[in-house]
Amino acid sequence: MKKLKLEGNQFLLLITVLLFAVMYVIGLIVFKDNNFGRLQVFLNLFISNAGLIVIAVSMTMVLITGGIDISVGSVVAMTCMLLAWMMEKKGIGAVPAVIIVLLIGIVFGLVQGFLIAYLKIQPFIVTLAGMFFARGMTAIISTEMISIKNELFLSWAQEKLYFPFGGYVNKKGVVINPYIYPSVVMALLVLVIVFLILKYTKFGRSIYAVGGNEQSALLMGLNVRRTKLKVYIIDGFLAAFGGFLFCLNTCSGFVEQAKGFEMEAIAGAVIGGTLLTGGVGNVIGSLFGVLIKGTIETFITFQGTLSSWWTKITIAALLAFFIILQSLFAKAKEKRK
Amino acid sequence: MSNAKKTLRKLTEYKLFLPFLCLALVLLINVIKTPTFFAITINNGVFYGYIIDVINRASELVILAVGMTLVVAASGGTDISVGAVSALAGAVCCFVLSGGEQSVNEYHAPYILGVLAAMAIGIICGAWNGFLVAKMKIQPMVATLILFTAGRGIAQLITDGQMIYVRVDHFKKLGAFIDGVPLPTPVFAAIFVVIVTMLLLKKTALGLYIQTVGINAKAARLVGLNSTMIQFLTYTYCGLCAGIAGLIITSRVYSIDANNAGLNMELDAILAVALGGNSLGGGKFSLAGSVIGAYTIQALTTTLYAMGVSADQIPVYKAIVVVIIVSLQSPELLKIWKNIKKKFGNDGARKKVA
Repeated sequence: MKKLKLEGNQFLLLITVLLFAVMYVIGLIVFKDNNFGRLQVFLNLFISNAGLIVIAVSMTMVLITGGIDISVGSVVAMTCMLLAWMMEKKGIGAVPAVIIVLLIGIVFGLVQGFLIAYLKIQPFIVTLAGMFFARGMTAIISTEMISIKNELFLSWAQEKLYFPFGGYVNKKGVVINPYIYPSVVMALLVLVIVFLILKYTKFGRSIYAVGGNEQSALLMGLNVRRTKLKVYIIDGFLAAFGGFLFCLNTCSGFVEQAKGFEMEAIAGAVIGGTLLTGGVGNVIGSLFGVLIKGTIETFITFQGTLSSWWTKITIAALLAFFIILQSLFAKAKEKRK
Repeated sequence: MSNAKKTLRKLTEYKLFLPFLCLALVLLINVIKTPTFFAITINNGVFYGYIIDVINRASELVILAVGMTLVVAASGGTDISVGAVSALAGAVCCFVLSGGEQSVNEYHAPYILGVLAAMAIGIICGAWNGFLVAKMKIQPMVATLILFTAGRGIAQLITDGQMIYVRVDHFKKLGAFIDGVPLPTPVFAAIFVVIVTMLLLKKTALGLYIQTVGINAKAARLVGLNSTMIQFLTYTYCGLCAGIAGLIITSRVYSIDANNAGLNMELDAILAVALGGNSLGGGKFSLAGSVIGAYTIQALTTTLYAMGVSADQIPVYKAIVVVIIVSLQSPELLKIWKNIKKKFGNDGARKKVA
């Protein structure tokens, strides 16, 4: 019976996955007349949250080091605005524009990482400044909304990758297969890469070590500062990349874009079992955290009469549930000791 | 060491030196850029001017910063829900006073009832945060994330997603002027909260307790302090401050917009605490520092407005100033600087030998 004994954290992940499954089944039962069961509805969860998945993954990594990054929402907005501005106002091609924003993301992460790892300023304050900076920069570039009309960029955004199965027959008798956009593939790729890095590389394990106990990590001979710096550089890159994927969805840039993204990412990570104290976390959990948020939104769209604020309230209730559960687990663990 | 140097060193070692310096710098830039900055004119028996505007607009921030300082000191964490709680308190107040209607020209309930309702909501929200942090031992940011997410949602639920207007002159007084008083009312509200808090901290041992709990909660419990209760009380107090701030915000525009009231105020409040030279890790704290920090932020904002920077672009400059200020306050920078100096000093010595 030893195999069945789960660690507390794995148990939390299991609960998250189960909750998602239960919610989806409830959706299937309640909205069975509204085609909730179609594979496309499930895939839409990924399509509309591709950017958020990437952000939540990078947030998880930062949270594991014991840090936090609340600048990501603003960086997403800045990325979208920069992309739109470069392609529409400056006539820069789609490929160089994307490369430029990714480089900017890396530089952004480098500066934040330096301030956090080397000057030892609290991550919250540094990334708060980063948040102000990126949001303000977005406004400096343009206060008006810019729509993207670049053909190459739009072709990336609208390229449908059809599944060979799971289709349904519409009224005219044509089979419509479910599809995803390339952004989903890229988001899932990021998820898998970060998962592998965290689980199987020396760098990944040292991230956990630094977050678990900085002093011990230092005594073990790990370069704590460099590890943190690297994490924030990757985080900056992924924030810009997430912004790019987000932009593929919206195809426009404006100042108010992606507001509150950072908190959605943190909420997703927390629901997925990541502890903000560091040392504990899993990107798969964060994926399910984001999917749960997506499912609630889908519910509200399908239901039709509920107002949008119910999303916030439900997410908060779920957050409360998971947070209290986590704390109960932590308490039980302490007692066992 | 000469006498002047000694005084200088003494001055720089004074813990409020840096916060004061920052505020002075911001004000100095103003004097150069806008010579009329300190000019105060009297219109209709009330004072007008940039500087009055700064101390007026900073009032909510000062009140929130007071609550935030205690929370940071006692728990080493931040309460990120204060902005949302302010909006919720404002929504409840307007809802009570308007009796559920969207726009009213007279109170549907006594004014005092609205005020008490707003404060009660603030206290309840604060108590919930306090319960999670102190009793359930949840990290403060995560615990307050719940109300951060839900607060505005519940506020919208109460106002039904609409703006509620209370077009009564009496209602506007808290956010504007009382007849015959030349200074804006929010200034007095802020001063009142600061003085009451200071008295609570200085005249009782509460300030010392909070500090002790913040430095080491376990040790504090072992010497007989009820750490849980003290942390719980700071969060409750912070909630009350958020409720009062919410009242002022609503009164300024005699309406509540659940989506935008007090937006990003939590960030400014945390910033004020950090600018005041307080460690966000808890323990020793300075209420005066936070208050100066709050005025610095508002002075900066008003300065930028006076210089013609648009509201959307202000965050960029705010961010740059914040990074410079917190970098200057970082002891690590001093270490790096000393290392560089040592290196160069050694180089010089070597050259002499050669």
